[in-house]
Amino acid sequence: MSQRAAALKPEMQYADLAQQGETAQLGMWIFLATEVLFFGGMMAAYLAYRMTYNADFDAAAKESVIWIGSVNTAVLVTSSLTMVMAIHAAAERERQPIVYFLLATAALGLIFLGLKGYEYVEDYNDAVVPVLNFHPKEGNPGAVELFWLFYFYATLLHAVHLTIGIILVFFMAVRAKRGAFDAGYYAPLEVVGLYWSFVDTVWVFLFALIYPIGRSG
Amino acid sequence: MKLGGQIVTFVIAWAVLLLLLGINVLLAYQPIGGLHGFVPIGIAATQAFIIMAIFMKLRGRPSLKWVFAGAGFFWLMILLGLSSTDYMTRAAWPL
Amino acid sequence: MTVTTFIPAKSTAVKNYLTAGFGIRSWLLTTDHKRIGLMFFGSVTFFFFIGGAAATLIRLDLLDPAGRLVQPDMYNRLFTMHGVVMVWFFLIPSIPTTLGNFFLPLMIGAKDLAFPRLNLLSWYLFNASGILAVYFLLVGGVDTGWTFYTPLSSQYATGHVLPAAMAVFVNGFSSILTGLNFIVTTHRLRAPGMTWFRLPLFVWAIYATSLVMVLATPVLAMTLALMSMERFLGIGLFDPAIGGDPLLFQHLFWFYSHPAVYIMILPAMGVVSEVIACYARKPVFGYRGMAYALMSIAVIGFFVWGHHMFVTGMSLYSGVVFSFMSFIVAVPSAIKVFNWIATLHKGWITFDAPMLYALGFVGLFTTGGVTGLVVATLAADVHLHDTYFVIAHFHFIMVGGTVSAYFAGLHYWWPKITGRLYPEMWARLAAILTFTGFNFTFFPQFILGYLGMPRRYHAYPPEFQVWNVLSSAGASILAIAYILPLAYLGWSLLYGKRAGSNPWHATGLEWMTSSPPPEHNFVRTPVVTSAPYAYPDPETLADEPAGRRPQA
Repeated sequence: MSQRAAALKPEMQYADLAQQGETAQLGMWIFLATEVLFFGGMMAAYLAYRMTYNADFDAAAKESVIWIGSVNTAVLVTSSLTMVMAIHAAAERERQPIVYFLLATAALGLIFLGLKGYEYVEDYNDAVVPVLNFHPKEGNPGAVELFWLFYFYATLLHAVHLTIGIILVFFMAVRAKRGAFDAGYYAPLEVVGLYWSFVDTVWVFLFALIYPIGRSG
Repeated sequence: MKLGGQIVTFVIAWAVLLLLLGINVLLAYQPIGGLHGFVPIGIAATQAFIIMAIFMKLRGRPSLKWVFAGAGFFWLMILLGLSSTDYMTRAAWPL
Repeated sequence: MTVTTFIPAKSTAVKNYLTAGFGIRSWLLTTDHKRIGLMFFGSVTFFFFIGGAAATLIRLDLLDPAGRLVQPDMYNRLFTMHGVVMVWFFLIPSIPTTLGNFFLPLMIGAKDLAFPRLNLLSWYLFNASGILAVYFLLVGGVDTGWTFYTPLSSQYATGHVLPAAMAVFVNGFSSILTGLNFIVTTHRLRAPGMTWFRLPLFVWAIYATSLVMVLATPVLAMTLALMSMERFLGIGLFDPAIGGDPLLFQHLFWFYSHPAVYIMILPAMGVVSEVIACYARKPVFGYRGMAYALMSIAVIGFFVWGHHMFVTGMSLYSGVVFSFMSFIVAVPSAIKVFNWIATLHKGWITFDAPMLYALGFVGLFTTGGVTGLVVATLAADVHLHDTYFVIAHFHFIMVGGTVSAYFAGLHYWWPKITGRLYPEMWARLAAILTFTGFNFTFFPQFILGYLGMPRRYHAYPPEFQVWNVLSSAGASILAIAYILPLAYLGWSLLYGKRAGSNPWHATGLEWMTSSPPPEHNFVRTPVVTSAPYAYPDPETLADEPAGRRPQA
């Protein structure tokens, strides 16, 4: 144990580090419940318009770039795996693997963002970007525009969350490299892991709402 | 790092998630009619369940985390369920 | 509540939280929940008087049927300002962030909240958003009403809708962080022996409120963000021009804003339970039922939002569902009223100022609640929707209920917060003036609404003048009743008698430590061994319990 580890003490209001760690995790779970409701407002909008303009949503969703969406889902799912591996390494008190797995997680997040950016360019070329370039090929133009507004709001908001996640993961990697988790107290890492996997979960649902519909003719 | 039981579980979960993604994409092109609105959501819910149970460590003994994970879901259902009472019936029952 | 460890009331070795540090930095960078509670008290008091100033101008304008004091445009900006400031910058934060912040850790025997730095962040977010909101409401203003309905807000309104909506958005995060902190603290930091059914009802109330804050507020944030994007881009999800549904905005808005009413009233119910038990010298009747009622109000409150939309074009089927659910939420509310009355039964009641405020709360809350059932009825609402009847109904709950309870709690815990006693007679006078002034202000509005006077108009037909003059006259009494405590509570800071640790001989852990409490609340962590409200049974006492009130 390093000198830093020996000096590790809980904050004043906690009895011990175990209580502090569990409390931090509970706090993150409650925050994630608020996030569910935050995205939920948008989901309700999607549901209402999907019920009202079902055929138009099918026509609109067909124009989404499903190969990028699928690859991105695979990328994020894999990043969730590398994230839990980093936490696992922290539990085993192995410093180098923590750093490598965290850097891999952040890199996968960046790949996701890069692909997403490329997808936005493709969307622009397909003329489905409201305000900037919007000339839908089929369907009632208004309803199709509602779909694409949802698409951009939801994916941009998700990208913002992912960016915050990448910054947090990178920050954790720096702390891990300095040996912050050597003493066996790695609750901050677990909290960031919860957030990361949650952002992954949100994407899984966005994928289902956006890409696979309206393609079977 | 030793190749322990936990790591095997993580890798299996990851493989199942990718498999479900593949099924989702394949089914998108099959003529399943009215089901195509529900199948992707069902698959997404399964994937979310796996991520939360295994990657977010909800499996195991009952804990307070279940309550708040469940609360987020339950309140989302209130929002979606009660607003759809309006959207499902507005054309048939205008006020 | 019996506490096995004895905590010395006056420990000279430990500084109290006010003397633990001096200078502006010791306040602005503090993580002590008691200091942050006081800072929130300063902030919400400031916003209360801003919102009150707008209300004063509204009532002055309505003295005259022609509404000659302000232009119609100005009138719209005034009631928007009144609504935005009072709802988000006074009523919602009022009890939770001040009394809740100060007393939640004390009442569960904790040293602080679970996340003290998050608590401070919450205060900064609150003030940043509040100052932003007030600035933009003053320069140019917003004329949409506090509800920001689309497409008025997103397409047509001319004022500073975007910055005002952003201010409310940021304020929401302050609210979420506070709620999150309270929930986690209640779960994780209770003292040994403090089981769930030994928690004082105020803690239950704050917990239930926090649940609502955490689960409803994000939906408001999303709703306002979508509305703002629509205004910014000129096209959006609620835009009727492309087939969007403005009613969707209302669904999402009220998914938050109806439960927001419970954010205001639940903590008030908690305060009143504490006060009535203390001044009736009896345990709260049906304690468990009271706790369950708080929780079920918090949950059922999410099922009723559609009753704000009965006449907007929503489906009739949906209207029936929401009407039915609105009647259901009256059940736990009524349980609470009956249990407060049963608590008074055969108690040793004294009419000290906090008790006067609390009894006022029970009457006004009942009136507001029962008239709520009237507007929850589909057919009656067609007549009463958007009239002064609705205004009177929700002011009975929010102002008659919440503000009365806020003052009850402020007086009840004043000696603990400051270490000083307030002048009892002045406080009783203020309590009586509040009740009287309130009824004069808002009861005529029930009649006005029933007669058909619509809300949000700066002028009205002359036959309504008598009721409007009565209402404005009542408002002047109310204004005095609200300014008066500022004077005598301020006076008591300098000249009030020293309070001692438990001047009311009340139960509860907060009274087991010194007044003002030491920096980390307790000299030793208390151990709890019995249920709350362990007041001696009045029937076994031959004489009035001794030493109940300090001789002022």
